[in-house]
Amino acid sequence: MEMIELSYADLALCILLLSMLALFQRNLAPGLTRQLFISMVRMLLQLSIIGLVLTWLFSHVQLSWILGIALLMILAAGREANARQTYSWVTRWNIWISTVALFIATTSMLLLMLLAFIQATPWYHPQYFIPLLGMLLGNSLNGVSLAREYMTVTAHDAQERIEGQLMQGANWLQATVFLRRQAQHNAMIPAINSMAAAGIISLPGMMTGQILAGTDPSQAIRYQIVILILIAIATGLGSLITTFFTARQLFDKRQRLRLDRLKPARH
Amino acid sequence: MCIQGASGTGKSLLLKALADLIPAQGEVLLQNQKQTDIEPSQWRRYVTLVPAMPSWWHPTAGEHFSCNIDNYLTQLGLPHSIVQQPIHTLSTGEKQRLAILRALQHNPYVLLLDEPTANLDPVSQSRLEQFLFDNFLQQTDRSIIWVAHHPSPWLVDRAQNFTLHGGCLSGDD
Repeated sequence: MEMIELSYADLALCILLLSMLALFQRNLAPGLTRQLFISMVRMLLQLSIIGLVLTWLFSHVQLSWILGIALLMILAAGREANARQTYSWVTRWNIWISTVALFIATTSMLLLMLLAFIQATPWYHPQYFIPLLGMLLGNSLNGVSLAREYMTVTAHDAQERIEGQLMQGANWLQATVFLRRQAQHNAMIPAINSMAAAGIISLPGMMTGQILAGTDPSQAIRYQIVILILIAIATGLGSLITTFFTARQLFDKRQRLRLDRLKPARH
Repeated sequence: MCIQGASGTGKSLLLKALADLIPAQGEVLLQNQKQTDIEPSQWRRYVTLVPAMPSWWHPTAGEHFSCNIDNYLTQLGLPHSIVQQPIHTLSTGEKQRLAILRALQHNPYVLLLDEPTANLDPVSQSRLEQFLFDNFLQQTDRSIIWVAHHPSPWLVDRAQNFTLHGGCLSGDD
């Protein structure tokens, strides 16, 4: 069955329903109404823009443009990974830890998928490149963000424990094992939950989209399995890199714990 | 070496700087070797700090030791079963004495003690002081830097005494 297209009238009806909800609850939760409207407008603008960009990109398949978009996406993801953190770095260049972690984790899995599995012509065709990168980035971003948050907050809470181990002659790696272990565990929970819930609790978005577009479900499922696994690997790899370098940056060259390298973030 | 001083004069900070746990100006030498020339974790095994409130990261004290310490426990008047007890059930004084034993595991050259007897009764305090003199300081190349608000007369008689005041260390001769 071919995909049934949605009209602008269908979109307008959805927007109207959401607007009615927002107005209905404005007395109950006044701040929420404003946030809902702002988020809705942002979503409409952002998705419209990306829709136009992708439409243009599909008709101008050039590696330079695609890489440019990809770079913007990675930089934006890195920015988000550092946002909403309890502590920020005093030295600005440390914020690149999350961005580099995301870059390494997602591009490695993306290249694997494009070059080894899909093998489109050209391999960088935006029909596959951009959506797959988006899925990898969007999901591994959670893990990287959770890992960083746990590391920096718990380093403060567990200062005595870390320094106690340093006093016994442990190096920074040994003194932060418990920290990095738990950070990695926390980072992987969303990816593990996604895999555990897939097919029973929820039908993942990629599979849903492909089925709606008329793809054979068995093919859609294969794509979904592959992307879920690659997301889990990218999340694990990204958070491993993040926890390692975040821990390293918490110590100076004499392996002294330097919590003065962090400051409370302003939100 | 016994260092006294009023609260807030920097006694604990001095010990942390000697243990290379905080950045500090100046030079620290151990047997003519600069602190900066020795790998940090190795330095802290040579110059070991036992803070006023030591931390524990395993459920029982015994898991912090890689050797049998029954003999030392007897000398300090602690029961052998103490190493099997959960840390949170131990008193502050018991934890302090066990922390000193933990620091002695790798036989450091210098032991930095921050108020080691603050939570001990006079008998336990005396036992600890005697234990350290008999078991640690009998080795000729070993030293203790002992920070205390109110050191015992026994300790004062046997140590080189200094007072930290206004950022300066002055001898009490």
